[in-house]
Amino acid sequence: MLRYIALRGALALAVAFTVSLAAFLLLNVAGDPAQAIAGEDATPEVIEAIRARYGLDQPLTVRYFEWLGGVLQGDFGESYYWHKPVAELVVDRADETIALALSALSVTILIALPLGALAALNPNSWIDRFALGVAVSAQAVPNFWLGLIMIILFGVMMPIFPVSGDSTWKHFVLPAFVLGASSVPAVMRLTRTGLIEVMGADYIRTARSKGFRGWPLLRRHAMRNALLPVISVLAVQLGQKFGGSVITESIFAINGLGRLALESILGMDIPTVQMLIFVFAIVFVAMNLLADILNAALDPRIRIG
Amino acid sequence: MSLLDIQNLDVTLALPNGPLKAVRDVTLTLEPGESLGIVGESGSGKSMTALALMRLLPRSATCEAKALRFDGQELRDLSDPAFARQIPGPRIGMIFQEPMTSLNPVYTIGRQMTEATVARGLLSEAEARRKAIDLLDRVGIPDPEGRMSQFPHQMSGGQRQRVMIAMTLMLDPELLIADEPTTALDVTVQAQILDLLDDLRRERGMGLILISHDLAVVAERTDRVAVMYLGEMVEQGTAQDVLYRPQHDYTKALLAAIPRLDGPARVPAQVAAAPEVEKVISATNLCREFHSRKGLFGPKKTVRALDDVSLELRRGETLAVIGESGSGKSTLARILLGLDLPDAGDVRMLGRPVLDLPGAERASLVQPVFQDPYTSLNPRRRLSEIIARPLVLRGEGDSASRLAAVKDAMEKVRLPDRLIHAYPSQLSGGQRQRVAIARALITEPEALICDEPTSALDVSVQAQILELLDDLRAKMGLTCLIITHDMAVVHETADRVAVMYQGRVVEEGSARDVLGNPSNDYTARLLAAAPRFGATQEMEAVQ
Repeated sequence: MLRYIALRGALALAVAFTVSLAAFLLLNVAGDPAQAIAGEDATPEVIEAIRARYGLDQPLTVRYFEWLGGVLQGDFGESYYWHKPVAELVVDRADETIALALSALSVTILIALPLGALAALNPNSWIDRFALGVAVSAQAVPNFWLGLIMIILFGVMMPIFPVSGDSTWKHFVLPAFVLGASSVPAVMRLTRTGLIEVMGADYIRTARSKGFRGWPLLRRHAMRNALLPVISVLAVQLGQKFGGSVITESIFAINGLGRLALESILGMDIPTVQMLIFVFAIVFVAMNLLADILNAALDPRIRIG
Repeated sequence: MSLLDIQNLDVTLALPNGPLKAVRDVTLTLEPGESLGIVGESGSGKSMTALALMRLLPRSATCEAKALRFDGQELRDLSDPAFARQIPGPRIGMIFQEPMTSLNPVYTIGRQMTEATVARGLLSEAEARRKAIDLLDRVGIPDPEGRMSQFPHQMSGGQRQRVMIAMTLMLDPELLIADEPTTALDVTVQAQILDLLDDLRRERGMGLILISHDLAVVAERTDRVAVMYLGEMVEQGTAQDVLYRPQHDYTKALLAAIPRLDGPARVPAQVAAAPEVEKVISATNLCREFHSRKGLFGPKKTVRALDDVSLELRRGETLAVIGESGSGKSTLARILLGLDLPDAGDVRMLGRPVLDLPGAERASLVQPVFQDPYTSLNPRRRLSEIIARPLVLRGEGDSASRLAAVKDAMEKVRLPDRLIHAYPSQLSGGQRQRVAIARALITEPEALICDEPTSALDVSVQAQILELLDDLRAKMGLTCLIITHDMAVVHETADRVAVMYQGRVVEEGSARDVLGNPSNDYTARLLAAAPRFGATQEMEAVQ
């Protein structure tokens, strides 16, 4: 088991480095960082000086391996834009994004699981069709549009929640809803199919023949089996929340990693972008690993390691 | 007072193309401690009757009855929650056909055994645990205490069915309904489970309803037998009466269709008469091992599926390979077909090593017929395409000649012409198996290898398929290897028998010798475990 986790951990790092290499190449193809840092009106001499200062005159491979060497020693470099160590910048901003991602996931769970379960227990009823409607709309509506609508509804027409900033929990309500809504369709439909399948299983018939009906039947016999696939998807969705924070944080002016990512991309702040991508990749792989471990803990047929 | 009194039960299924009466006007009674067998083929409504009694019918089904009394209490008067509290479990227990899937895979045996009694407040956790261990011991599970913390996937099918029985007994039901409790199990295990049910019934004075498609099984074990056909109860009486003095035509047909060990022997193929016997397939010293690991890094486990197996299939004969599941029969079939390679030993077809034969040529020598006609035919292809497929793969003929060949093959297996453009889903199980045989015959192979060709089919259909295979052998001189676990099938179809046990051929010889006078222990056990019933009236009349 431990060996398996170690193996997967190493794999996660490998994935993160691969992703960072790809990001590094794309960023350098996209434009000239020195030009971006210097600004549009800069003279060629200024650009040249900046290039020399940040080592941008070196060949790409050299620069990548310098960055890699630094990372292996825990040094992610210094931000071109903020003139601070990138690691410090990222750690500073991480808690807002973690809070947003977790609350968004809670929103997903609170909406998707009960709705999916109700739909499964009453297939083809009005509640099933309602749940399908929710899923289709949530799937069809883009995040940024839903964010703007929420701002108009609950910030302008009925000013219940603040729409900008991150100082109180109230600031997180709308963004968490917007970010959480995007995962509702997948999670809800999976809960529904999983539960329908489980409720038709032979062992549920066995439990019914022992006199279990209704809620005890659901809780004691169906729930765990039905949730196994849902857990894997929830883990992936949590990873996506970190990526999805870029748009949501920008709309609601939350000073988290997503917004940092946007700012550093616009400013061609390559060291910051590099570290963010690296961190997001690790989060993503770690979530998948967590899902595998949870699945193995809940399902005795799966043995890992 | 009767323990169970069902009067005029109707069950209606709401299907997309109109309501279907799955059970029609069924009336039956059961005294305390009595055993009743309900027999019929799939779709005859026997399971529906039991499910209606337990209120376990599918959503789309509705049931009506004049009376549905258990121990004097009218069950129709109970609300759903009251019914669930009183009846299923403590009063009526039920065992199902599918032991592999009837236990919850994510909970331990112990938890599943004890939960119902504890949830009802009948026993404390510790008492329930003691009782569960006692019962597991009673049903013949070794090391019951250790088993309590195991999960269903760590047990075999037979063990799971025992756990299922013990679990039902936890609540001491007055009536036990066993719905095809042994259909999914090997013969030797089947006999043990049925003996166990019988003992438990006597011990506890429990009523028993045994539902089965197998008349021989039911007749041996029950006091009274009810025969169901197309949702109706066509005959009911003592086991003796129904077996030996059947009144209804369907019962008579059902009795005649059962392959029987004690029926008249078939006329063996004239193989021995020919001076030089041609070997269509010969296999020598085949070995095949499978390796599995527990997890990615666990210790390696080796299973010897085939251990030094030699076998030959002579022209025009039918050879039966018999054995329990896991004895290596299917591995042998795959190797003989060239679908798998042996680790050691070699297979020759008409004297040529199978490895030297290109796929198309091999396919013209030997063709398979698989066990499950419901899954081995492509559901998106028409019969004409399915049957012609081997010809297309070999690039033989044009579409007109292929169509003619398909029609010819369909005629051989007695499939009506009008089905040529039908899809498999429009056919019955027996018809599908005929399609599989037609597909195998279209390349005019030397030999057919049939892996449990009838075990997914009803008895009456099984009889037709076996008869068809025998006919084809007689008419076309077809050579046939039949793999089966059913001794009676061997008796009805085979010239020679090879008995497999744990990867070895433990006995081989003419069907008459092996069945009449087995020299091996295991063969004798298999024979003793096969259900049989004495001479019937017609046979007596013949004599």
